[in-house]
Amino acid sequence: MNTPLRRLATVVMAMFVVLIGSATWVQYAQADKLNNDTRNVRGLYREYGNARGPIVVGGKAIAFSTPVDDPYGYQRQYTDGTTYSAVTGFYSIVNGKSELENAANAALTGKGDQLFFTRIRDLITGRKPEGAAVETTINAAAQAAAVAGLGDQQGAVVAIEPSTGKILALVSTPGFDANALATHDTAAASAAYQALDAAPGNPLRSNAIKERYAPGSTFKLVTAAAALESGEYTPASTLPAPLALDLPQTTATIGNFGGEGCGTDPITLADALRVSCNTAFAQLGLNVGADALRTQAEKFGFNDPGQTIPMGVVQSIFPADLNAPQTAQSAIGQHDVQATPIEMAMVSAAIANDGRLMTPYLVDTVRSADLTTVQVTKPQLYSTAVSPATAAALTQMMIGVVQSGTGTAAQIPGVQVAGKTGTAQTTADQPPHAWFTAFAPADNPRVAVAVLVEHGGNLGNEATGGHVAAPIAKAVIEAVLGS
Amino acid sequence: MATVQPHAVRAGRGVELGLLVLALAIGVASYVLVGIGTTDKVPPDVLEYGLGMAVLAVGIHLVLRWRAPYADPVILPITVALNGIGLAMIYRIDFAYEARGRPHGFADRQLVWTAISVVLAAAVLILLRDHRTLRRYTYTAGIAGLALTLLPLVPGIGVLLNGARIWVRVGGVGFQPAEFAKIAFAIFFAGYLVTHRDALALAGPKVLGLHLPRAQDLGPILVVWAASVAVLVLERDLGTSLLFFGLFVAMLYLATERLSWVIIGLLLFVVGAGLAATAFSHVGARFDAWLHAFDPAVFDKAYGGSGQLVRGLFGMASGGLFGTGWGDGRPDLVPFAESDFIVASLGEELGLTGLIAILMCYLILAQRGFRTAIGVRDGFGKLLAGGLAFIVALQTFVVVGGVTRVIPVTGLVTPFIAYGGSSLVANWVIVALLLRISDEARRPARNVRVATPIAGVPQVAAGGDQPTEVIGGIS
Repeated sequence: MNTPLRRLATVVMAMFVVLIGSATWVQYAQADKLNNDTRNVRGLYREYGNARGPIVVGGKAIAFSTPVDDPYGYQRQYTDGTTYSAVTGFYSIVNGKSELENAANAALTGKGDQLFFTRIRDLITGRKPEGAAVETTINAAAQAAAVAGLGDQQGAVVAIEPSTGKILALVSTPGFDANALATHDTAAASAAYQALDAAPGNPLRSNAIKERYAPGSTFKLVTAAAALESGEYTPASTLPAPLALDLPQTTATIGNFGGEGCGTDPITLADALRVSCNTAFAQLGLNVGADALRTQAEKFGFNDPGQTIPMGVVQSIFPADLNAPQTAQSAIGQHDVQATPIEMAMVSAAIANDGRLMTPYLVDTVRSADLTTVQVTKPQLYSTAVSPATAAALTQMMIGVVQSGTGTAAQIPGVQVAGKTGTAQTTADQPPHAWFTAFAPADNPRVAVAVLVEHGGNLGNEATGGHVAAPIAKAVIEAVLGS
Repeated sequence: MATVQPHAVRAGRGVELGLLVLALAIGVASYVLVGIGTTDKVPPDVLEYGLGMAVLAVGIHLVLRWRAPYADPVILPITVALNGIGLAMIYRIDFAYEARGRPHGFADRQLVWTAISVVLAAAVLILLRDHRTLRRYTYTAGIAGLALTLLPLVPGIGVLLNGARIWVRVGGVGFQPAEFAKIAFAIFFAGYLVTHRDALALAGPKVLGLHLPRAQDLGPILVVWAASVAVLVLERDLGTSLLFFGLFVAMLYLATERLSWVIIGLLLFVVGAGLAATAFSHVGARFDAWLHAFDPAVFDKAYGGSGQLVRGLFGMASGGLFGTGWGDGRPDLVPFAESDFIVASLGEELGLTGLIAILMCYLILAQRGFRTAIGVRDGFGKLLAGGLAFIVALQTFVVVGGVTRVIPVTGLVTPFIAYGGSSLVANWVIVALLLRISDEARRPARNVRVATPIAGVPQVAAGGDQPTEVIGGIS
């Protein structure tokens, strides 16, 4: 009977090899997939069990965790939830997390690669691991000015420091109070989430980085940049400026805002930008061609699906394969051209920084719980969008817009502001979006800003970028320059 | 004259004592680490706990020195280590349950069951001087096994718990008779098969290279098959059904060396289980939960879904290679973390490394059992030891395989580690039987002198009376 006994012993051995294999499959090969399954609350519980790091603006924590006497151990709190909702996002047991709470989660939980040595030390000393503090680039005054300026209008404001790419303000309205979602009362948190999810204006989705809008006339900056970069145009070059431009291959025409003329016909490039002359820019777009427009747009950041600040930014679009009428419409920021508010801030920031576009970023410093700096974001060049000469020419043209053009509402006494308005048509039955993008001071720019007010905000059909959006940009610029 | 010279055999009691110290150290260290991991303090009663465990372990060690001096020296320490790891894990889960206001106190009860188990194992070693005595009770054991299996179906004492009818409750004390039935069946199969092995092995036609059994010899296997399908259908217990049938097929193969039995047996079981899965929703649900575990609809099903399985997988995955450490995981997020899914709890807190170490303990235990079977000279002992070793291995496979999604989840619990008195007692009795047989297997072959009597040398029979088994022990 010994032969079958030995064989049975071998079978048993094989059974255990299978078990070791399956355990390895679960605990090693599939571990990442299982750990990231949304139904796996373990990671969340473990995160809650440790002190999560704060999110800091200007030395003050706007999101922080305090110990509480419940199974989770720590309660996430937001000091000014609505003001900073587009920055912090939310951190919720039942609804997960968003924005910085999500994108900087590794640092906040203390699990990031940059905190490797801190973790090793905690392991050796037996210290309870704590998350790191994430210090943002946000300027509290600029953020507050943007929130106040938008008020109850739906829209977004993004302000960037042109020389570095630091994001100084990141606002999306309507915002939301993240405290309502962070409560450990799971039923209340679920209800709050569902209410916000169904609320008009989609508060949970950041208009600043996750929504695209037709950029309208603010896109003329890109068209002008393409023209100047081609070497065939200067600000003094003249363009035809008819009341209506016949689009080639169609019976359609492009008119100017309000059906008015552009003052003169022909018109210089600088004046065309100053008064935002659609017909002149449509013709200019046809002259430089769709390929040159797209190349220029991409240098400013369009068509880039991988941008992170560290939250993912949806890509702004300048479509490929445009025919002539589409090109003409695209040149004035219509047709299928779409931009996020942060993208239009990047356009201004690039022009302000001598054509050098810096990658926008929101996390300045990561500091471990014992205040050791573990990571400092270094400014990075995103692209050289235009030459310094083109940037200088565009700056002068944008100064003209604010001094005596469509953007006079952004004037600040004693400060030279360079800007561009936009009033982007949406659907026929809805008022246009109001845009304004600007930077200041023009000779030594410290802030570039883009403001979007959806569907004209409180002014509705009467709204233009100059009326509705420019004053908000002005307030944000003043806040940055004053602080 | 060809004689086998009796050579000095190391009884191994010294080795056993050394290994026992190691096993106790593992158990007590785990207990201390649980205390530190959950409350940041060494448990206040660690001395009492350590002493208590040491008294039990050394006590049965002394029983072995007295009654089975040649018993295998590895079996007992491995059992003590597994039992200690299980107690530490249950103690740890108690903390989690207590912190969340759930019923707890499992560790204290398991500790009492451990003491009872060790005492019973010692009693078996003391009272059962020769395992061959059990052969006299072949049919008694068979009937007892059947009765124990059917006990949960008796109205009044049988209890339907968590969808399975495998519990019996008499006077406030509940137990799972199937855990004891498996021992009874092992004895019955060993006794039956050692008598009928020739007929089962040699008669019958040969088809396609397979030696098929005769129709009349198929009777017993069909009876056992019907019984295990009945367990599956009436008691809704896939695990026990698999365990009984697997045990029978394995022992049939051991007795006859005929692969045809294994193939017929496996086919019968697959057909039976397949029919049951299509005909009975509770069996089908188990398969569904296994095959489509990550399907949201299956996961979210309030009852009979894959929630427990998948939560167990989540726990094990979060443990990764080295585990969270004692007290730092969340095993309490898995239903029945202290019993059916204690393997997931161990995987979470001790990691893949710890889980593999525990699996190796089971493997070594089973292999020492097989070694005992090979070493022992009588056919009944060979079959019984082989069967008991296989039960431990198969039960571990069915449980761990269920938790790691190799096979559907069954209602069985991990031997020695999982919470549950019946299982602990029954498995300690198995260990006692294996120790008893291994004593016989490793005892110096004084029988040689019995076989070739020399005048003047007193006959010392190894195990008292010497039944007819010597001829049965072909090997």
